[in-house]
Order: sequence, then structure tokens, then C-alpha cells
Amino acid sequence: MIAAFEYFAPKTVREALSLLAKYKEEAKIIAGGQSMLVVMKQRLLTPEYLIDLKGITDLDYIKYDEGKGLRIGALTIHRAIEKSPVIQKHFGVLSEMEGNLATIQTRNWGTIGGNICHGDPAGDPAPVLIALKAKLKLASSAGERIVEAEEFSKDYLEVALEPNEMLTEIQVPTPPAHTGTAYEKLMVMKGDMSIIGAAVSITLDSKGGCGDARIALSNAASVPLRAKKAEKLLIGKTINNGLLTKAGEVASTEATPPADVHGSIEYRREMVKVFVKRVAQLALERAKAA
Amino acid sequence: MKGEMKELKLTVNGKPYELEVKAETLLVDLLRQELKLTGAKVGCLDSACGACTVNIDGKAVRSCSVLALQTNGREVTTIEGVADGDKLHPIQQAMIDHGAIECGFCTPGMVMSAKALLDENTNPTREEVKEAIQGNLCADEGYVKYIEAIEIAAREMRGGQ
Ligand SMILES: Cc1cc2nc3c(=O)[nH]c(=O)nc-3n(C[C@H](O)[C@H](O)[C@H](O)COP(=O)(O)OP(=O)(O)OC[C@H]3O[C@@H](n4cnc5c(N)ncnc54)[C@H](O)[C@@H]3O)c2cc1C
Ligand code: FES
Repeated sequence: MIAAFEYFAPKTVREALSLLAKYKEEAKIIAGGQSMLVVMKQRLLTPEYLIDLKGITDLDYIKYDEGKGLRIGALTIHRAIEKSPVIQKHFGVLSEMEGNLATIQTRNWGTIGGNICHGDPAGDPAPVLIALKAKLKLASSAGERIVEAEEFSKDYLEVALEPNEMLTEIQVPTPPAHTGTAYEKLMVMKGDMSIIGAAVSITLDSKGGCGDARIALSNAASVPLRAKKAEKLLIGKTINNGLLTKAGEVASTEATPPADVHGSIEYRREMVKVFVKRVAQLALERAKAA
Repeated sequence: MKGEMKELKLTVNGKPYELEVKAETLLVDLLRQELKLTGAKVGCLDSACGACTVNIDGKAVRSCSVLALQTNGREVTTIEGVADGDKLHPIQQAMIDHGAIECGFCTPGMVMSAKALLDENTNPTREEVKEAIQGNLCADEGYVKYIEAIEIAAREMRGGQ
């Protein structure tokens, strides 16, 4: 079923990077394999060399510091993020998002890094990380670079990783005071992939108006989509029900969603309206309470 | 080299193994075909049904979606390792007594998901029980009895409290 490959299980980042430098395009990384094994079983990918990162325990961590913000190692499993007390306290939206990502069995083995690097526009972590203005640390044997989470996805299942690079860390800054963030997705059953999803972050200014806003959608384009026009509509204004309805409508015009058995393009556009409004409302309430 | 046998050391149901496996072997195939532990079932082989659920280091995981080599140095528990000799585990006993088992195909996976939950927390809420078996599909739609049986087992494991 799965085509034969040569297997490596590096114990350190350095070892993994030298294997990537050596085999480049002929190598693929596997972390939890929750997405990778699916495509390997279907023989959509038949790598010559498979580099298994699961044993690199150095990249399994969650660190928080008020100044530096949150740092999550790429090999951290979904379930650890969901259950982390420090994430629940300071970045509750990440824990909530993880609670609806697949089922416990998948969350117990799949990693946040693997999820982002898979580049599925229907994935849940990317839009939330974009709303939170997260950055990603990429490493190669030549050095490290930081990219905005927003810049990472290039196309359907394509991300901004060079063949010799890997993701090592996700960095989430501490949001400014009076910021609220939320994420919800439309699913058939709890834990299903998003039919459409919206992550919204709102920061209130000293007068209670919208100082800053970020809106990122899942499964609304070939990449996790920032609805910049809808954001612009909110920023600088006092948010009310009518404005949120408008923001949903504008976001819906920015979306170029797919059509599949779960919904047509038209249906998804309608749902973008509903979810942007609903999630923005929740983010606003949280910003007021923060 | 491609296709060469790789060394794998792991513990299965408390017993240490030193094996040679092909790198592309899935954990479920190692268990069922090499070790002849056929309790974990293959429903979809596609990470959709949960019938292949085992515990790796105490956590519920789908064995069709893990490379066998990824369990190197780890502890795997399958349904065959749940009973204490002839004495069934409280989860198994409760499922039988409560009539939770219909065709039985999803049962090993259900037990392994429940065991991972109760090993961590013998006092789960109903929501937590539901969440624990959310990834185990039962084609007979017999979820209610499973949920109740797991709660009965939890009570038993708390010493009847
Ligand atoms: C039944 C099921 C339901 C799911 N439901 C959801 C859902 O609701 N929401 C959601 O968002 N996802 C969902 N997923 C997707 C899945 O949870 C993630 O994609 C998965 O966690 C990926 O992590 P992994 O560690 O298993 O990565 P892998 O499958 O091992 O890798 C995925 C890709 O990323 C690359 N990669 C992995 N780690 C790195 C790294 N550190 N650096 C560079 N490249 C890397 C691999 O080469 C591969 O291309 C579901 C999956 C299944 C099987
Ligand atoms: S056989 Fe593994 S999830 Fe169905």
C-alpha cells in the first residue's frame, strides 16, 4: 500500500536539518503522520526518504512569558495545546480551537507543526494563528528565518518551506490590552473539518471603538484567507450590529470558497456572512471583558 | 536503504519485543499480522472509524495511522492487554453486564478509548465520556449503552463511590 522508502529518525533538530540538506526534494518529513500517511497510502506522495521528527523531544514544548508571549514547539501535539493551563488562561481561543480539531486519537498523535505545514486551507490552527498575529520560525542547516503566519500558505497544500527547511517554532505575541479573539467553524459533526470557519480578533481603543481587527477564514479560498476589506470596515469605528452584518457581507465577497459535497460556493459565501458576524460578536464581548 | 528491515524495540501489553520491520509497516499491521494480536480491528484503514484504537504510552491513538517504527521505545497496549488474566477489566465487565456490545466490531476500540480516559480520570463528566469515544464509530448506533457502561466502570474503579 505505502511505497517503500528509506527511514530516518533523527533525535535532534541539527540531525534532521543535515538529512534535509542532503536529500532535499527527495525527502519528506513525517511528524504525527495524521495527514502524511493519508497521502502516502493513496500514493499521492512516494518519498524516497522519510525523515521522522516525532522523536525530537526538544521541539515538544509550550513556553509562556508575558513579554515574549507564547512559544510552541512544532512537535507539540494538538491535545497538549488543548489541555495546557497556560494556553487556556492566556490564549483560550487556541485551546477552544484544538477541542474541535478532529478526535482525541488524532489530537494525541498529530502535531501543530504538521498541521500548519500540511497547508490545508480547511485547517483550523492557521486562521487562529493569523488572527493572533503569530510568527513561524523556520530552520535549515544554513540558519533560521521568521515568517508571518499569514505569509506561510502559498496555495492549496503548498507552504513557504524550502526543501531543506523545517518548521521549528510557533510564536504568538501577547495581545494588547482589551483584545478579544474567537474562532468557530461550521461542521457536520463535532471534530469534522471546517466547511467554513472564521477567526476574529478585535482590540478596543480607549474610547471603546475598534482600534484593530483581524479576520481570517478557513476553507474560504486556496489558503487560509485574511479578509482585509472586512477588517478595514471595522477599524476606527464603534462596532454595532449593523456594522458586523456589513463586515460579514464584505468578507463574503473576499472569499473564493470551494464547492463540495458539504456545500456549494453560494452556500459557503452565505455561511461566511453568518460566521464572521457571529465570531466577531464573540470577539467583541471578550475584548470588552478583557 | 529502501526496503531494508529496521530494528524496532517496544513494549506491547507489558512484554518487551525486539523486532525487525519494514519501514512502511503500519502499527496496526505489525500488531495484527506479525504479533497476531487481532483485537484491534481494521474498519477503514483511513483514520475515520477508530476500530483500530490502541493506547500508546497510555493515550488513545489510531494504529492504522501510525508507522510501527514510531512506537520505538514506547509502550503499546491493545485490547489483549486490558484484562488481568482471566479477570476482565471493569470497563469490559461493565460493557458486557450493561449490554453495550452489539456486533462487537467497534468494542476493542471503544474499550481502549475508555481506558485511556479512565486511567487519567476516574471521575469524568458525561461530556468527557462522550468526547473520549467521539472518534469510535459504532455502526449499530449503540452509543448510549457504551456511555453508561463507561460511567458504571468509572464508579467501579473509584471503589463504588
Ligand atoms: C480524521 C481526521 C480528522 C481531522 N480533522 C481536522 C480538523 O478538524 N481540523 C484540522 O485543522 N485538521 C484536521 N485533521 C488534520 C490533522 O489533524 C493535521 O493535519 C495533523 O495534525 C498534521 O499533523 P501531523 O503531525 O500528523 O503531520 P504529518 O501528517 O506528519 O505532516 C503533515 C505535513 O507537514 C509536513 N511537516 C510536518 N511537520 C513538519 C515540520 N516541523 N516542518 C516542516 N514540515 C513538516 C509533512 O512533511 C507533511 O507534508 C484531521 C485529520 C484526520 C486524520
Ligand atoms: S481502521 Fe483505523 S481508524 Fe478505521
